[in-house]
Amino acid sequence: MAGVGSPATADESGLNYLELLGVAKHFGGVQALDRVSVSVGRGSVHALVGENGAGKSTLGKIIAGALSRDAGTMTLAGGPVSFTSPREALEHKVAAIAQEPSVVPQLTVAENVFLGVEPRRAGVLSKRGLRRAYDRLAESAGFALDGGRNAGQLGTAEQQKVEILRALSRDAQLIVMDEPSAALGAHETHQLHQIITGLATSGKTILFISHSLGEVLSLADTVTVLRDGKVIKTAATSAETEASLIEAMLGRPLTSTFPPRQPPASDAPVLLAVRNLRAPGVEDASFEVRSGEILGLAGLVGAGRTELARAVFGATQPESGEIVFAGDGTLGRSPRRSLDGGLAMIPESRKDEGLIFARSSIENATLSWLDKLSSFGIVRRREQRRAARAVLDRCEVRGASYGAPVSTLSGGNQQKVLLARMLLCSPRVLLADEPTRGVDVGAKRAIYDFLVELAADGLGIVLISSELEEVIGLSHRVVVMRRGRVVCELEGHGITESAILAAAFEEREAAAEPG
Amino acid sequence: MSTDVSAEKPVAAGGASRAWGSVSHYLNRAGILIPFLLLFLVLSLTSEPFATKANLLLILEQQSSALIIAAAMTLVLVSGGIDLSVGAVWGFAAVTAAHFGLETDPAFAMLLGIGAGTLVGLVNGIVTSVFKINALIATLAMTFIVNGASGLVSNGQLLNLFGKPDFGELAGSHFLTVKTMIWTMVAAVVVMGLLLSTTTAGRYMYAAGGNAQAARLAGVRVDAVRILAFVVSGTAAGLAGVLDTSNGLSASVQITANDNLTFTVLAGVVIGGTSILGGEGAVWKSVVGVLFIALIDNGWSLLQNDPLWEPIIVGALMLAAVAFDSFSRGLLRPGAAVKQLAHGLRRGPR
Repeated sequence: MAGVGSPATADESGLNYLELLGVAKHFGGVQALDRVSVSVGRGSVHALVGENGAGKSTLGKIIAGALSRDAGTMTLAGGPVSFTSPREALEHKVAAIAQEPSVVPQLTVAENVFLGVEPRRAGVLSKRGLRRAYDRLAESAGFALDGGRNAGQLGTAEQQKVEILRALSRDAQLIVMDEPSAALGAHETHQLHQIITGLATSGKTILFISHSLGEVLSLADTVTVLRDGKVIKTAATSAETEASLIEAMLGRPLTSTFPPRQPPASDAPVLLAVRNLRAPGVEDASFEVRSGEILGLAGLVGAGRTELARAVFGATQPESGEIVFAGDGTLGRSPRRSLDGGLAMIPESRKDEGLIFARSSIENATLSWLDKLSSFGIVRRREQRRAARAVLDRCEVRGASYGAPVSTLSGGNQQKVLLARMLLCSPRVLLADEPTRGVDVGAKRAIYDFLVELAADGLGIVLISSELEEVIGLSHRVVVMRRGRVVCELEGHGITESAILAAAFEEREAAAEPG
Repeated sequence: MSTDVSAEKPVAAGGASRAWGSVSHYLNRAGILIPFLLLFLVLSLTSEPFATKANLLLILEQQSSALIIAAAMTLVLVSGGIDLSVGAVWGFAAVTAAHFGLETDPAFAMLLGIGAGTLVGLVNGIVTSVFKINALIATLAMTFIVNGASGLVSNGQLLNLFGKPDFGELAGSHFLTVKTMIWTMVAAVVVMGLLLSTTTAGRYMYAAGGNAQAARLAGVRVDAVRILAFVVSGTAAGLAGVLDTSNGLSASVQITANDNLTFTVLAGVVIGGTSILGGEGAVWKSVVGVLFIALIDNGWSLLQNDPLWEPIIVGALMLAAVAFDSFSRGLLRPGAAVKQLAHGLRRGPR
């Protein structure tokens, strides 16, 4: 079958470009996909949605050749195909864009794009040929990215562009994207959407996986909802609403996205005060959090929100300024001392900075509190398990047993393990950096409920999120950062999307910054 | 020693894959233990002198240094480092103890030997953790330095302690008909095994090696934990060197022997199933790994095979062990790998 038949023959007679019939896949004893049948039309944008663990990514990987299926058939451009590797898929013009792009940081953008298929003359790399080929490609793709730049300097959004160009350079006709916007800010997401629309217009077929239902509804032509490895429905997005998709994903209606919140008491004490802080990535930041308050920290990606949180937590060293915690002096300057003092942080990336993937939920949840669960340096195993179980139960961590490695859990449950770890330290202030990134709707709501509940118990919470509606829906007060500075504070009815965006973008628009 | 996963029930599942799932799970956990037991059985059946007390105790005595150092190396690897200087430190401690043993009290000389190892370990730890120099390079450099220091201490000569029989008491005495060398080894290995599997420091080693950044943000003092692992490694290598001097009542600088020891230990640890990438492993696995190589060595000569082939077998087994490790973690799919290879051959080089 391999390499036979030219594409663009069968589908012109009205057939779909990609057709899956009865595809099944299991991992160990877990049925990840159960007789999945999906059709995707040529030139359409097709979205896959579902809770974490529903089988979206598995399906995407099977289509792109990263996983093999156990049963079922797959038809591409009218011909049956069966891929054993991404490379074989690529030869059939199917490319995948990973959520975390992989570029070789030492090479230039153009070299990355043509990696492995560099234009050569008599076996020698032709720099001029490379440049010409790149320019031609970038022009046809319709977006600009300097081919001579070092790929190591690129942000996530630009790295994604490199991957998209790489796919196009192999003449990919079907591009599978797994949560392409999950790591992007609002502005970059908008750019990505334009690129996707442009690709579809030029006849490419896009299959993308997303947790953002707004994105799905505005971008996709058709959407397939998966639940527990089964297709619940495939429908035109014009016939769907966020509510109808959520209902299909969960199997029940979700009453409201955000839990009701109570305002903090008017005489609530200030737990954490940051004054004129200067640290790596932070120019000048001041804010206060009171007991029972959720403070939203908004801004574009790269505005310094994460850097601010890290500096306050002691993960990086502030250069000047003051951090006053619970009224008594400054905090110790290390994560350990912050945790001991009652200041906890949920880091931005659970994979890179949060969890020890090979270890169990029990070990991960108790990692920050292990000293207290041991005597004379020896861990009291039974107590460790008991404490972990209590806090993991409370966070409603589901899936594999608590003794299994956290890598086997879905994203939402992994995030809950992180939350559990912080809860075990019983902090007075919690810095939550993108606590719902890459988490499905059901788990999102559970995390929201949790944050609101903690605030009601008197914690001060600093919430960093790139999802504006999350910041608006949960915060009592919002500070907006721009270019390392806190530029604006919004309260009550003043917290609106337009006010936050105006503050976040203002200077950027006016200064027309280079690059 | 490592029971972290076993307490929980395996994931509920259905169908035939469940059986295979749990079989592969236990295969993975048992690692090299099954091949080890098979080899032991085969040798017991094919070679009459193999399964005798004398022969088995001889194996343990010969492997005492390697076992002590391998146990410590496990800690270093689990915490995300690697220590290539252990062989050099072993030799250094041996000549240091012998040098001072000629003049002073044997116990004091031995402490000096072990202390020398501790000191090198401390320097290794500080250089790699605080100054962020890659452990592979740092400990390789340290190997040269320490080997050089050994030459200076011994003056390039064989240090003979036959006139000091007291020095032989640490390793050469007998307790319950077994040499104290073996008892000391067992005690040291058990202590290090417990350190890794039951203490907070041990848990932190897994965290530091599994994901250093995450561990740090979770409040683990990653640098301190890694320094501790290197200190244990240096101390263990020092103890091993002193034990060998005590056992043989002589010491000299043989750089080839030092390097061989480092590689044997690393091979044993890796064959045992401790990840070279950090975050996974156990002391008992390294013990089985080292003994596995020792059994091949012992059986090879008992069965009078051509000794020239033996290193080739050990190397091939090491590759097989690492491949099995990848396979059991799902990183390697033999079917896909073969197909890809065939595919690549058909297409020819690009």
